[in-house]
Amino acid sequence: MSEAQLDAPKVVQRSSANLTFRRLMRDPASLLAAVFILALVAFAIGAPWFAGWTGHDAIEQYRDTGLSPVGLPVGPNHEFLLGADQLGRDVLVRIAYGARISLAVGVAAALAASFIGVTIGMTAGYFGGWIDTVLGRLMDLVMSVPFLLCALALVSVFGPSLWLSICVIVFFSWTTIGRVIRAETASLARRDFVQASRSLGAGNLSIMLRDILPNLSVPIIIYTTMMIPNSIVFEATLSFLGLGIVPPTPSWGGMLAEAGANSIYLVAWWLVLFPGLALLGSTLAFNILGDGLRDALDPKGRRVKRRRKPAKPVTEG
Amino acid sequence: MGKFIAKRLGFGALVLFVLSLFVFLLFFVAPGDPARIVAGDKASAEQLELVRQNLGLDQPMTQQYLHFVGRAVQGDLGFSYRNQQPVSELILRRIPVTISLVFGAVILWLAIGIPIGIMSARHPGGFRDRMGQVFILLGLSFPTFVLGMLALYTLYFLPKQAGFTLFPPSGYKPFLTNPLIWAWHLALPWATLALVTAAIYARLTRGQLLQVLGEDYIRTARAKGLSERKVVLRHGMRSTLMPLVTQLGADIGLMLGGVIVIEQVYGLQGVGSLAVQAVRNQDRPIIIGVVLLGGLFIVLCNIIVDLLYAALDPRMR
Repeated sequence: MSEAQLDAPKVVQRSSANLTFRRLMRDPASLLAAVFILALVAFAIGAPWFAGWTGHDAIEQYRDTGLSPVGLPVGPNHEFLLGADQLGRDVLVRIAYGARISLAVGVAAALAASFIGVTIGMTAGYFGGWIDTVLGRLMDLVMSVPFLLCALALVSVFGPSLWLSICVIVFFSWTTIGRVIRAETASLARRDFVQASRSLGAGNLSIMLRDILPNLSVPIIIYTTMMIPNSIVFEATLSFLGLGIVPPTPSWGGMLAEAGANSIYLVAWWLVLFPGLALLGSTLAFNILGDGLRDALDPKGRRVKRRRKPAKPVTEG
Repeated sequence: MGKFIAKRLGFGALVLFVLSLFVFLLFFVAPGDPARIVAGDKASAEQLELVRQNLGLDQPMTQQYLHFVGRAVQGDLGFSYRNQQPVSELILRRIPVTISLVFGAVILWLAIGIPIGIMSARHPGGFRDRMGQVFILLGLSFPTFVLGMLALYTLYFLPKQAGFTLFPPSGYKPFLTNPLIWAWHLALPWATLALVTAAIYARLTRGQLLQVLGEDYIRTARAKGLSERKVVLRHGMRSTLMPLVTQLGADIGLMLGGVIVIEQVYGLQGVGSLAVQAVRNQDRPIIIGVVLLGGLFIVLCNIIVDLLYAALDPRMR
């Protein structure tokens, strides 16, 4: 063995997941977003702990300590760290419990919508022909339905509930990822490796799951992440309109709606600021993480190179 | 091209058919007896039977549906359960508010979004691009009602506390009485809606323009000595126009549902708040009317976009 080989730095083999993770962590914005999301998850899981620590329940009304003598909510103080609401409930504890709803609905709806979108998109893209036409039209149809109005109609008949909100969100958000997956699958299905697999006797299902699905992991991960903030906002909007989570169960949208009713938030700014910040922070964090993931998973595309300035006119010299 | 238009018209009809079936099934078949809602809880069995006959509920389902569609086509959407007024009249009275809201917001978001997108794409990776990206991220993440409440607090309440009125809190003043007062009352709702939506247009413009600006014909345009301004606006923006038109059509179509939240925050008595009130009152004919109108609106916008496609894209001729 020669000297040079001995001195050569040790080569570490890294998996693609590992590389992606390292790229992601090198981006300060993504790192910050990831930390925020982890903190939010901890906050949501630790909601009962916050309740125990402050000694306040999420639904209980503390009219003696939470309301001023004239009946107005008290602002942030040592007992109510983020203030109390118009019924004397602890805003901090309610935001923590609201985080559970937001995260649960956001993640569950995104996963379910992604599952439906991938299944339908892959079927349409792989088989093509009339199946593609029918499924494509179905996606067009869902996309050209006034979704908030339909949600309104559904809620007015069945009454607001957590499950109905999730179903409505899923039903109206699977089309975006469905279209992307359909286009990707259609182009993948024509590649040589699919032909090779078929010539070896693989069936349609096997080709779709074993050969094509792994190649779709990047768009699936990116679009599912991007769907989480949209689902969170969608849920908050439904609750804000009184069509989502039923009070007194705390939800961020519901808290903002209660703050908006009778414009109570004009004299009690903490009723809007803290739930609003929680909501905005979550959507921002997931959006930033989604952007970061896109750059990290697809390092050659997307990243914008600085365009060279147009060359100066050449002067005789 | 005639074939293309015919195809799109057929699809529009399909959307309306599915939507009408949806509301019909939802309200005439789903839980809750419409006759009971109209007649009230104290009505006797005979009274109920009479109401049922009046509403045509004793007829076979298909006949009821045909009857319902036949009347809807003529603009007869039935009467409100609450105050017995014709639904079409109730909606018509609210339309000016919603149209004013959408009209101003569209102009404003185009005026904000497109220039930011152009600025971003002309300096990729630079400071201005970074600022543009931050704007896009914030706009995409901000829930409409959080921004609206924030705007009301800072731009209406704080100045008012300081002793002057910068913006009015809520309400709608007719355009014909005084256009200035009209615009002043709508300024905050417009700005809120526009800032949230402009982000989508900025992102779209930026993405399209970045792609296009690398093309050969742009280099040719630069080489023949056109000013950068002309290169971007005349040659670059031309191919960005189509995606923008598509997006605009979809957004305006969805606006009837989209304004619900804004109308709620700013206390505007438009079509959206009519729908929300109808849900609270279980006033089904109004909900049906608004959903159908929302569908019609989307279909009309889609058809206009298709016509524009045909007019703008020479390949379609």
